[in-house]
Amino acid sequence: MTKFSAWNVFWQGMTGQKGWTRQWRDPEPQTHYNVIIVGGGLHGLATAYYLAKNHGQKKIAVLEKGWIGGGNAGRNTTIVRSNYAQPGNREFYEHSLKLWENLSHELNYNVMFSQRSHISLLHNPGAIDAASRNYNTMRRTGAPDAEIWNLDQLKQAVPHLNYAPDARFPIMGAAVQKRAGTARHDAVAWGYARGADNHGVDIIQNCAVTGIVRDGGRISAVETSRGRITAGKVAFSVAGSTSRLWDMADLGGLPIESHKLQAFVSEPLKPLLDQVVVFGMGGAHFYISQSDKGGMVFGGDLDWYKSYAQRGNLPIVQDVAEAAMSVLPCLGRVKLLRHWAGVVDMSMDGTHFICKTPLDNLYLNAGWNYGGFKASPAAGWYLADLIANDRPHEVIRNFDLKRFERGLQIDERGAGPDPKLHG
Amino acid sequence: MIRILCPFCGTRDHSEFSYGGDGTITYPALDAPMQDWHDAVFLRDNICGMQLETWQHVNGCRMWLVIERDTMTHEIKSVRPAQAGMAAALEADQ
Repeated sequence: MTKFSAWNVFWQGMTGQKGWTRQWRDPEPQTHYNVIIVGGGLHGLATAYYLAKNHGQKKIAVLEKGWIGGGNAGRNTTIVRSNYAQPGNREFYEHSLKLWENLSHELNYNVMFSQRSHISLLHNPGAIDAASRNYNTMRRTGAPDAEIWNLDQLKQAVPHLNYAPDARFPIMGAAVQKRAGTARHDAVAWGYARGADNHGVDIIQNCAVTGIVRDGGRISAVETSRGRITAGKVAFSVAGSTSRLWDMADLGGLPIESHKLQAFVSEPLKPLLDQVVVFGMGGAHFYISQSDKGGMVFGGDLDWYKSYAQRGNLPIVQDVAEAAMSVLPCLGRVKLLRHWAGVVDMSMDGTHFICKTPLDNLYLNAGWNYGGFKASPAAGWYLADLIANDRPHEVIRNFDLKRFERGLQIDERGAGPDPKLHG
Repeated sequence: MIRILCPFCGTRDHSEFSYGGDGTITYPALDAPMQDWHDAVFLRDNICGMQLETWQHVNGCRMWLVIERDTMTHEIKSVRPAQAGMAAALEADQ
C-alpha cells in the first residue's frame, strides 16, 4: 500500500503516476479463517479494520456478495450526526461522531468529512419543546454543539428556505448540531477496505454466502459461491438482508422487517446549501445536503411496504418532490440526475442490534433503520470489541435481541413496534 | 406503482392502500405466556419471496385485505378480504 501524503502526490506527479499500488488485494478465499465477516459494507469493513488494528486478530476475511461500495454503502444520503437522546444511543452515536472526526487521519484516506451543521426545522411550539428537551440531554452528555436556533438565527444561516408566514407549516426555529455533517460515502468504504487490507484482512468480493453449516450450537463453516470456508467465529453484517442469512442459519424470527428507502441526487449546482437541512412535519419527511460535486443529495420516507427490491416507487418520488418544494422552492427548476433505493433493516423499536446470538460463535450487527451510515465507525468498533472479547461492551449492552423480552424498547420516535414507522 | 385488485372496489393504485404487515401472525390468547406475546408482537420471518401480508384500503372501502405478494418482484398472486364471508355479508345486506 502506498501511503498518501503531500510528498507522495508530488513525487507521483513528477514520475508519471506510475508508482501507485492497488488499494487492496484481491485474494482467493482460503479454506479457513479465524473470523469471517459476512457483508463488505461500511460496517463489515470497519469491523474487520478495528478487529485487526485494535485487537490484533489474524486471519480475518470479509465476504462480499457484490463489490465494495455497491450496496447500501453507495445508496445513502451520507449524513453524519449524533443527535440522539435515548440512553445507549446517546453514547454510541457520540462515540461514532468522535471516530468520524479523526477518520481521515486514522485511515490515511480523505473521507471528506465535512462538519457543516445539521439543521432540523421546527414548526410549532410543541416541536420546539421536544427538541429542546433532546438537545439539552445532548448538551449534558458530551455534545456542547447542540443548539436551538430562533428564526432570526436560522434566516441568517440559511436565507433561502421558505419562510412564508402562510406556508402550510411555517418555520419557527431549528434544532442544530454543529459538529454534524456529511462524508464521502465511497471514500469511507475504500478507506476502510484499504486500511483493513493493510492489516492483513482478506477482502473477498463476488463471494455470496449461500448456506450456513451448523455444528449443534455453533457455526462450523459457511458455504459460498466460491466454496466452503470454515470459520472460528462468524459475524453477520448485512443490514437489509439479515433475515435471509438468519434463515440460512435456521434461527427463527427476528425483530426486523426489510424495507426500501429511496434517495435522490440532482444535477450539479453552484454552492447553494452549506448545511444538512431536515424537514419533518405532518407526514412529510425530507432531508437535503449538497455534495462537493454540487449535486443536491436528498431523501424522504420509506416506500411504506416491505420489500427486498432495490428500486423505488413513484408515489414517494412525488412526496419527496413536494416536500422539497415546500422547504426550498428555489429547487423547482432543478433536474433530477439519479434516484435509487436501498434495502434497510427496519427494527421493531427503530434501534439496531450489535450482539451475541443463540449460536456460540455467531455475532450480529443489524437493524440499522435509516441510520447505518453515520454509525459505521462505531458499529465496526463495538462489533470488533464484541468478537474479540466475546462479551458486550457496556455501551452496547442493550443492543441485544432480547431487549424486548426485558420490556425495553429504545424507541427514539416513540412509534411503537411497527418497523415502517421508525423513519 | 403496485396495482391491487380490491375485491370490493376493483383494481387500484397501491397509494390508496396502507401496508399492514405480516398476515400470518395469529395473536395468542390474552392469558397466554409472555413469550408467546413477545414472539407475536416483535418477531418476524421477514420472507424474501412470496409472503402473506395485510393491507387496508384506507382511501377506498377501508376494508382490510390479505394479499399474497412477492417481496422481491412485487408480483401479487392473490387478494382476499381479511374477514372471510365479508363480501357475501355485504351483498346480503343490500
